[in-house]
Amino acid sequence: MNWDWSNVEDFMPHFWDGLLVTLQALAWGTLIAFSLGLLWAIAQRSDQVWIRWPVTAITEFIRNTPLLVQLFFLFTVVPEFGPTMSPLTTGIVGLGLHYSTYTAEVYRAGIEGVPVGQWEAATALSLPKRRTWTAIILPQAIRRVIPALGNYVVSMLKDSPQIAAIGALDMLGEAKGFTQATFTYEAISIVGIAFIVIAYPASVLLRVLERRLVR
Amino acid sequence: MSADSSTSKETVNPTVDGSELIRFDKVTKRFGSHVVLDELDFSVASGKHVTLIGPSGSGKTTILRLLMTLMKPEEGTIKVGGEYLTHETKNGKLVPASEKYTREVRKNIGMVFQQFNLFPNMKVLRNITEAPVQVLGLSKDEAEQRARELLELVGLTEHIDKYPSQLSGGQQQRVAIARALAMRPQVLLLDEVTSALDPELVAGVLDVLRDIAHTTDITMLCVTHEMNFARDISDQVLMFDSGRVIEAGTPEKIFTEPEHERTREFLSAVL
Ligand SMILES: Nc1ncnc2c1ncn2[C@@H]1O[C@H](COP(=O)(O)OP(=O)(O)OP(=O)(O)O)[C@@H](O)[C@H]1O
Ligand SMILES: [Mg+2]
Repeated sequence: MNWDWSNVEDFMPHFWDGLLVTLQALAWGTLIAFSLGLLWAIAQRSDQVWIRWPVTAITEFIRNTPLLVQLFFLFTVVPEFGPTMSPLTTGIVGLGLHYSTYTAEVYRAGIEGVPVGQWEAATALSLPKRRTWTAIILPQAIRRVIPALGNYVVSMLKDSPQIAAIGALDMLGEAKGFTQATFTYEAISIVGIAFIVIAYPASVLLRVLERRLVR
Repeated sequence: MSADSSTSKETVNPTVDGSELIRFDKVTKRFGSHVVLDELDFSVASGKHVTLIGPSGSGKTTILRLLMTLMKPEEGTIKVGGEYLTHETKNGKLVPASEKYTREVRKNIGMVFQQFNLFPNMKVLRNITEAPVQVLGLSKDEAEQRARELLELVGLTEHIDKYPSQLSGGQQQRVAIARALAMRPQVLLLDEVTSALDPELVAGVLDVLRDIAHTTDITMLCVTHEMNFARDISDQVLMFDSGRVIEAGTPEKIFTEPEHERTREFLSAVL
């Protein structure tokens, strides 16, 4: 088999389309996963059982079922009674929701890692609960867990091709289509390299952050 | 204040003249079946400096933590400045206090911890101004002005822009003292504030506290193993054993002619 540049040329327009989908899924998915996860983590520390218990149950459930099942559910069942979303939007929501249950665990560990003396000092100063969270607990907790959160961005990148199953063609989805139609291997190689090109700098950045933030 | 506390056989209730700032009324604190405070009564008069001494596990920290509302008593009531701390009166009935109510009463109380507990994500200045701005509603300028004065008091003016991790333990503890005072509390609670420090740093912190004790009218409730310091600043020393005040008096009396056998044992062990 010889590398054929004309195959590359034919695939590139599809590649750019797929890359755009991948990057959008990753960026928005990360945003959702990071913010929703934080919300779960804080809710799980609520002193109200009726908040704590459902949140724990839902996040456990989502974390322990396959992403693919959730994607199909969001794509087929939700429109029956809720809004209809495009495949890409559905994919983003699915990825974000799924990964938020992992980031919630990361935040939780970070929050529990803040010494109890910090809460006590905040109480002794009569700081309101909300201010204690935003000015004291979360800045310390998040700083500690940024590297762990970053690992999930890389995981999410690797899971992002699953959204092709509901029709949001990411770069791997595009390559698969191209490969099956032409029986060539250039497209899949390019996409493989693209994954590394995105993931590698991310992991390097993570190492750097880890060294700088976790002391 | 007269220290010759009227001695009932069971408990010693230090007599208090003038305005009473802190009052424990039959306070019971349990952990499971372990009774730490057993119907404890005691009070502290406004402006006085009271030191709690007693063997490990006798409940000294528990008393301070109850006052700071870091824990709740199982029974009894605590009053600060005439107001209930953990209860409030609704329609003439005493009910458990709401978070909001407790926070109001708690504003009168400041605490310095053994482990400093400064906020590591904030510089020294912010550590001190955070609560005055957020809780008392001071403007940033007012709060910073107050912080500068306090940093001068504790001798740390040049460290205003540092993070706690850049300071020695003794310096951190002095910042923590400034942080507590910035709220202008009526009572300052001090729980073994020098026992986490390297020996050579203890004196600096105690000097600051002596200064505060002698130049302000703040009420102090202090747990310490530094007996010389206790002697210097205290109006009254309370000897605790098994969650009860077994002896109370002026430092002169307690340290030189203790009446109670347990006090004598305790003092000969620590002095
Ligand atoms: N959170 C807790 N859970 C269970 N038991 C506790 C708790 N806090 C304190 N105790 C127990 O209550 C008793 C009194 O503790 P406290 O810390 O008030 O003693 P202390 O007089 O301050 O002693 P020390 O001089 O060692 O500091 C001890 O027996 C301790 O084990
Ligand atoms: Mg103690």
